[in-house]
Amino acid sequence: MEPILSVKNLGVRYGGSAEWAVRGVSFDLGRERLGIVGESGSGKSTVGRAILRLLPGAEVTADRMRFEELDLLDIPERRMLKVRGARMSMILQDPKFSLNPIERCGDQIAEAYRTHVRATKRKARAKTLEMLEAVQIREPERVYDLYPHEVSGGMGQRVMIAMMLMTDPDLVIADEPTSALDVTVRLEVLRILDGLVRERGIGLVMISHDLNLVRNFCDRVLIMYAGQVVEVLDARDLDQATHPYTQGLIAAQPRIGGDRGPLPVLQRRDSWVEGAA
Amino acid sequence: MKPVSVKNLSITLGAAQILPDVSFDVAAGECFGLVGESGSGKSTVLRCASMLWSIWDGEVRIGDQSVRDMDVMERCRTLQMVFQDPYGSLHPRQSVRTVLSEPLAIHGLDNRQDRMKAALSDVGLPSEFLDRFPHQMSGGQRQRVAIARALILEPDVLFLDEPTSALDVSVQAEILNLLARLRQEKGFTYIMVSHDLAVVDHMCERFAVMQSGRIVEVLDRDDIVANRAKEPYARELIGASLAYEQVV
Ligand SMILES: Nc1ncnc2c1ncn2[C@@H]1O[C@H](COP(=O)(O)OP(=O)(O)OP(=O)(O)O)[C@@H](O)[C@H]1O
Ligand SMILES: Nc1ncnc2c1ncn2[C@@H]1O[C@H](COP(=O)(O)OP(=O)(O)OP(=O)(O)O)[C@@H](O)[C@H]1O
Ligand SMILES: [Mg+2]
Ligand SMILES: [Mg+2]
Repeated sequence: MEPILSVKNLGVRYGGSAEWAVRGVSFDLGRERLGIVGESGSGKSTVGRAILRLLPGAEVTADRMRFEELDLLDIPERRMLKVRGARMSMILQDPKFSLNPIERCGDQIAEAYRTHVRATKRKARAKTLEMLEAVQIREPERVYDLYPHEVSGGMGQRVMIAMMLMTDPDLVIADEPTSALDVTVRLEVLRILDGLVRERGIGLVMISHDLNLVRNFCDRVLIMYAGQVVEVLDARDLDQATHPYTQGLIAAQPRIGGDRGPLPVLQRRDSWVEGAA
Repeated sequence: MKPVSVKNLSITLGAAQILPDVSFDVAAGECFGLVGESGSGKSTVLRCASMLWSIWDGEVRIGDQSVRDMDVMERCRTLQMVFQDPYGSLHPRQSVRTVLSEPLAIHGLDNRQDRMKAALSDVGLPSEFLDRFPHQMSGGQRQRVAIARALILEPDVLFLDEPTSALDVSVQAEILNLLARLRQEKGFTYIMVSHDLAVVDHMCERFAVMQSGRIVEVLDRDDIVANRAKEPYARELIGASLAYEQVV
């Protein structure tokens, strides 16, 4: 089957920076859930932003970057505007930062929807309330009217998720979509994303530092370190990781019923980076 | 070491009653967890108790003093808060030196250079970091600077609002080890909000489970692994966490 997304040898260098933030990243994504894990600064969000072409001023190189029939290296921005937020969307890492502070949460979702789909204001409002309910917001009518600073961390995160799912995209890149949610709500939101993969056959890229999340909710996992992919695993085999970096991440997790002693921390090695400098 | 007592704390914002009536006690030197539903009011409890918000009813005492009766200076030297977001909590144009020296200047403390170095060394950073700016540090280093800022006035109580949820597991391990060591060395009392019951089990003696502005149950850390909660929501939350970790 044709992959939804195909990336080969992706490199990204931010303007003014001598180093590549991302180097030699390759993967194909089918109708599946692909996890990207790795420490802070390893390049996870940069990969997501490169796919959505949200990196103005950065140098982006690749041998291939295709989304369905589109060559992402090549199509003009004017067409990209129709694709981004409609056929592919990204749930951004920091909800408070991504929402307009002076517009009500619900209106922002409804308006984003109306830029891509022809709908009356009333219909957009109804669909927004439906979506807020789907992401387990308790009082959708109240939350619709709140400004971003009036919602809790976890509510802001769900507002973003609702916004991104309104247009039925084929590809969703979710950057830390559930880090601010309590576990019961987190499981609900993950089930919603899961349902999209199973029922509508979308491709899902889940960027996260939560190893339990990728183990339970992804099919495959890319492990990134210093801008490179150091290991690719089936999610269920995560605990059999062979790379010392992945093993170090797993060991650093506190566990329920653990011994409560000091947690092992990573001892980083230069040899984990290929062709450094 | 000082205990914290929260009695009949209530707050209404607009038409919504965010906290109807919250009470709990934290022993001197204890680490007390706050967990529960997103939007249930955990951050609000910390915002009220620290007087970041002041329009609420009820009483919050630290040691034998009400937080309302303390003046700002005294309050800062009694309790400090560490926020969830290591990116947002530091000003992008302030060097670490500025971040750490401001509270010292405001409080008219002497030996500033020594105190700044000591605070950095407490969080495991060399004194060269005094001249760094936020963009020159990793997320974990920034969060350590935020903790150093909270420590520099030598408070008795630290409120920690999801201090590691924006960090990857390796940096989280560093920060949790640091917080545990500081509690041992300095006898801090902590109130810690977290979504991760593994973190709560690792760090806290006891914890409260919140839902819709109410504490539904206070539990012991050892109640997690066997899910000995009695209230339905607390049982559900612990059950989901155990399933999430796949220990059952
Ligand atoms: N706008 C930018 N300009 C310059 N460098 C940047 C920019 N954005 C990110 N970087 C750098 O690129 C590298 C990768 O950053 P990225 O945000 O992709 O990391 P990440 O894996 O998503 O980390 P986190 O888990 O903290 O979100 C980091 O070293 C970061 O400092
Ligand atoms: N300025 C405000 N005006 C109106 N309502 C507010 C305001 N700030 C917070 N709230 C409401 O107070 C409730 C509790 O929010 P709080 O931030 O304390 O939740 P929380 O338990 O910390 O949640 P999370 O785990 O998602 O961070 C939420 O329903 C939120 O919408
Ligand atoms: Mg990121
Ligand atoms: Mg909160």
